[in-house]
Order: sequence, then structure tokens, then C-alpha cells
Amino acid sequence: MTLNRRQFIGTTATMAAVLSAPMVRAQGKPRVVVVGGGAGGATAARYIAKGSKGAVDVTLIEPTRKYYTCFFSNLYLGGFKEIEDIGHTYGGLAAGGVNVVHDWAVGVDRDAKTVSLAGGGSLPYDKLILSPGIDFVEGAVEGWGLSAQNAMPHAYKAGSQSELLKAQLMAMPAGGTFAMVAPPNPYRCPPGPYERVSMVAHFLKQNNPTAKIIVADPKPKFSKMALFQEGWANHYEGMIDWIGDDFGGGNVSVDPNEMTVSIDGEVTKVDVCNVIPAMKAGRIAELAGVTDGNWAPVNASDMSTKADADVYVLGDASSQGDMPKSGFSANSQAKVCANAVRGALTGSKVFPAKFSNTCWSLIAPDDGVKVGATYEATPEKIAKVDGFISQTGESSDLRKATYEESEGWYTGITTDMLG
Amino acid sequence: MSFSRFLLTVALAVSCTAALADNFGDPVAGEKVFRKCKSCHQLGEGAKHRIGPHLNGIFGRQVASHEDFRYSRALVRAGTGGLEWHADTLDTFLEKPRAIASGTRMSFAGLKKTEDRLNLIAYLRIFSDDPANIPEADPTATATDHNLDPAILALKGDPEYGEYLSSECTTCHQADGGDDGIPSIVLWPEEDFVLAMYAYKNKKRAHPVMQMMAGRLNAEEIAALAAYFAALEQ
Repeated sequence: MTLNRRQFIGTTATMAAVLSAPMVRAQGKPRVVVVGGGAGGATAARYIAKGSKGAVDVTLIEPTRKYYTCFFSNLYLGGFKEIEDIGHTYGGLAAGGVNVVHDWAVGVDRDAKTVSLAGGGSLPYDKLILSPGIDFVEGAVEGWGLSAQNAMPHAYKAGSQSELLKAQLMAMPAGGTFAMVAPPNPYRCPPGPYERVSMVAHFLKQNNPTAKIIVADPKPKFSKMALFQEGWANHYEGMIDWIGDDFGGGNVSVDPNEMTVSIDGEVTKVDVCNVIPAMKAGRIAELAGVTDGNWAPVNASDMSTKADADVYVLGDASSQGDMPKSGFSANSQAKVCANAVRGALTGSKVFPAKFSNTCWSLIAPDDGVKVGATYEATPEKIAKVDGFISQTGESSDLRKATYEESEGWYTGITTDMLG
Repeated sequence: MSFSRFLLTVALAVSCTAALADNFGDPVAGEKVFRKCKSCHQLGEGAKHRIGPHLNGIFGRQVASHEDFRYSRALVRAGTGGLEWHADTLDTFLEKPRAIASGTRMSFAGLKKTEDRLNLIAYLRIFSDDPANIPEADPTATATDHNLDPAILALKGDPEYGEYLSSECTTCHQADGGDDGIPSIVLWPEEDFVLAMYAYKNKKRAHPVMQMMAGRLNAEEIAALAAYFAALEQ
């Protein structure tokens, strides 16, 4: 039997429809829409496009043309990186076959399976992956709102906010006061506020050695606490005053007009105030109706939401169990999700979920520490398997190697995410 | 003091712990084994660094810790990670140097015979700072058979599974072979890869992240990764 081209295509299409029904649509390739081009979304988009070799249409919706990583943005504050060192474009993803759309996703119709865009129009999907990161809980810090973010920056979404906080740090008067309002659990990057305190202290020690740092913290303890406190005593003795929950650190209000911070009733005039409010999932997760409270609950085996098997949530926005909200975690979850989505759409092999995380923090020049763990999927949650943490009193050689390792990791993960 | 007289002194000093000393092997036989090392390493009074560092006082020393010797990056990493030379780590290294440090410049295939290694370690021990105390300091000084089961080395991995598993490695290790701060893992011979992963799994290599990552991989998964990385183009 000989087939002409038209007959051949017709036959193949029928066979494909039979083999992989119901996901493959008669008129074309399965479609994945990813919202958010950070560590979760960019990785998922890249891995689905790479793994399916063109068999799946992958669209990434990301409003910014340049992405500044939150990880290492504290090193920019400390003077160890330039802002451009942590800025990345999406050219590598586009070259890797991802359709990159610079727009805001403003709505999800889960019945029609479409995502609407601020610029007009909508995109249809078979599988939707939301990786929107965090937004702030309104009214979380009395006196602070988004309209006050220039007077009192959060700098917890990297980029212009990081540059603003750095400019304010550099303009501090001699012997001035830098205040931080730390967030309650759970929040993005558990050691982040304390690495930031370390980097600010390093900058001030070099440029403004009589300046002071006050941290008002609603928590009684924090990530890598012993390591940070040892480092602060060694490198920045007498500069940092950490006020935990036991001493009223959770009873805080701010006045952005007067530049004052009230901690447990005591009002202090400050020169710079870094307010990091309580967090919740990026707004699109809530608009899609997949959140429960502040976060989106997901199934550990593939990161699909409890609310909708065709909608996945990655990274900070998800509520998944034991993993910390970090770029490393989001990247790890994205790979498990990409493998599952690809399997569902193309019939490729789906392997068991494995997750891991490591968070490095820099305390002072060549004084790096880390904490990490491995995780597995259980029916209830992502559950911790094994972990490790740097020890107090480690040799300076080891701390230097740990910092160098974090730099290697930065190159590794940004390449892994963005191509 | 001649070597044989020195040996006699040591023998007397450790006679009360004869059983442990037996496990170290025979230093006289070890001196013969050391001939294989002599072209690069000096030992004893006045020993200096040559192609390799001198080996006096090696027991208890952090790996790659002579400040006046230029080691490979691989060995420096192992030492910074906390690895020390003791009877067990020396035994692993002497059997197959690459198991401890894949990038070591010590181009020596290794001593296959357990007896040779134990004899050599017994000989090296004589030139340590306080040889009589070594059995107490190193209670694990018995021969440990860390020969990988040939069945493990013969396992053929599934590269597709390896590709999926490798995504966990490439978060840190660059897929293009870059090695700033974190070593490259692409284009390794499969056997080297498997040896290294088992050395982490069995905590013969010191890095805590890698001990954790390798610790939960089974034989099939390690084989799959080895197959994938060996075939990866740079």
C-alpha cells in the first residue's frame, strides 16, 4: 500500500488521538501555560519544552523583561555583587522553545481552561502551572502599606526595591539607625532577613561604623539562628540589636511619614526602615480559586493543586509540607511537576518525585554557611527525609569553601532555570 | 637511628596491643610496598615534598593540608570538607585514589591487595608523630572491604531515568561542565562516577550535601545517573 502525504498525516493523527486520548486535541499539540518566570515557573517551562522536544506548546507569562533573583540580592546590598550580576533576561528560554509573553495574567477561567491577560485576550491551556511567588498580607504591619514602600522598602521582591534600599543605606547619616521589621512564618527564604542583617552590618562596618541595626522580630527563633548570632558576635560586635517575640518584637507599628518604629510601645526615630510584612501566595493563585487561606495546597507527588488536577502551583505560593519557601525548593518542585505534566500530556515515563533544598547564607566576607535537606512525596505532604546544617566554630577554610560553593550554585541554578 | 632499630622500639612499645598491631599488617613488608610510592613521595628523617608531598606524620592530618605543597583542587576540596587521613581513609585511597578525590593528580592505579595496603599503612604509621597511640586513635584500623560488588559496577543504567534524576544535580553542578566553586560532573567514566557516589554514600568522602544526596540513591539510580552523565556532551 502506498500512502500520499495527506492520507499519512490523517492516519498518524488518528493513531495519536487513540493512543494518548484524551489530552491530545484533534487540532494540535497539548498546551501548557506557566504564570511567573522565577525559580519555579522558568524551570518548569524550560524542562517541559526541553523534555518534550516540541511535542508540547509551552507559554510563559511574565510581566518583567528582566528578572532579578531574590537569592543573592542581599549580597548586592552588602557590596559583593552588582545589581546587573543578579539580573537575567528570558532570551535563553525563548531560544529553548518557550513562548515568552511579557504581560500580566489577571484571571483564570478553570471551566473554559483559559488565562486572561492584562493586555487583552486570553490563552487556552490543557495544564496550567502557577508560580507567582509572594504578595504581602495587607495590614500585616500597622502603619505600612504598598503606598509606603518607597519610604520603607520591603526589598523582598528583588530589583528596584533592592536598589532603593541600597541607596537609603548608603545615604544613612554617620551613627544612624537601620531598622528591620522581620516577617512571621511562613515566608520566602527563611534565612533571608538574617543574611540581610549581616550584609547591612558588613556595609555599615566599612562605611558607617558607629551606625546601629535594630531588628524587630515576631518570632522567638529563626533559621540558622546559632550560626548568625555567632557570626554577628564575631564580626559586628555591639552593632546589631535583635528583639525577638519574647521581648515584644512582634508588637510593632511604623510611621512612614515620621520615620519612626514603635516596638512594644517604645518609639524610635530611624534613618532606614526595611519592612518585610507577612506574606501570602501571589495574587493570581487566589484569583484562580486554588488557595486555602494564604497559600495554595498541593499534592506532593506532582504539585497539582488540591482544588484542580489541571492546575499546579510551585514554589513560595504553594503549601506543600516540610520544604522551606526558597528558590532552590521551587526549582526542585518544578522538575517533579514538569516530569508529571509531560507524562500526562505525551505519555512519557513519569518517575517518582524526589525533592531537595539547600540554602546558603553569607555572614561576612568568606564566611558562608548552609542548611539543606532531602524530601519525598507522601500522600499527606512533602516530607523531610534527611538534612544537615553548618556547625558553629567551623574553620575559616570551610566557611570560605562554603561561600565559593554558593557562587557555583548561583551559576548552576540560574543556568538550570533560564538556559 | 636505623629503620630496623626504630622498628624494634616501636614493636616493643606496641607489644601490649599486639592484636591491634596485627591488624595493621607488617611494616617490614610495607617498606617493600612503599617502593611503588618512592618515585613521588619521601618518608622519614629529612623527607621533603617531591612530585607528591612527604608522608611523615600523615595519620590524623587533614587531607591536602601541607601549606607548602600545591595539591589538586579535588584533594583540597576533600580536605576542606573535613576529610582526614586515618587507617580507613588511607585504605580507601590506596585501593583506588579516585574514590576519594576524582581529580587527584596522584596517577596511581591503586593497590588491589588488602594485604599490601595494610602492610603499607603499618609502614607509614611508623613515621607518624606518635605511632603507639594510633591504634587507640583509629579503632577502625581493620581491613574494610569496600570493594564494590562487581554486580554493582556492571549494572547498566537507564539513561532516561538518569536524565530525570540528573535534574537534581544540575541545580548546583553546571551541565556545561563549569566548575567554579562546585566541581564538574560531566563526561566522567561511568566507573569513576559510581565509585564516587558510593564513597559519599558510605561517608568516605566528606561533603555533607553529597553524602545526603547520594545516601538516598539506590544502585539502579546511581547506574542511571552514571550512564546519563557519561554520555552528556559538553
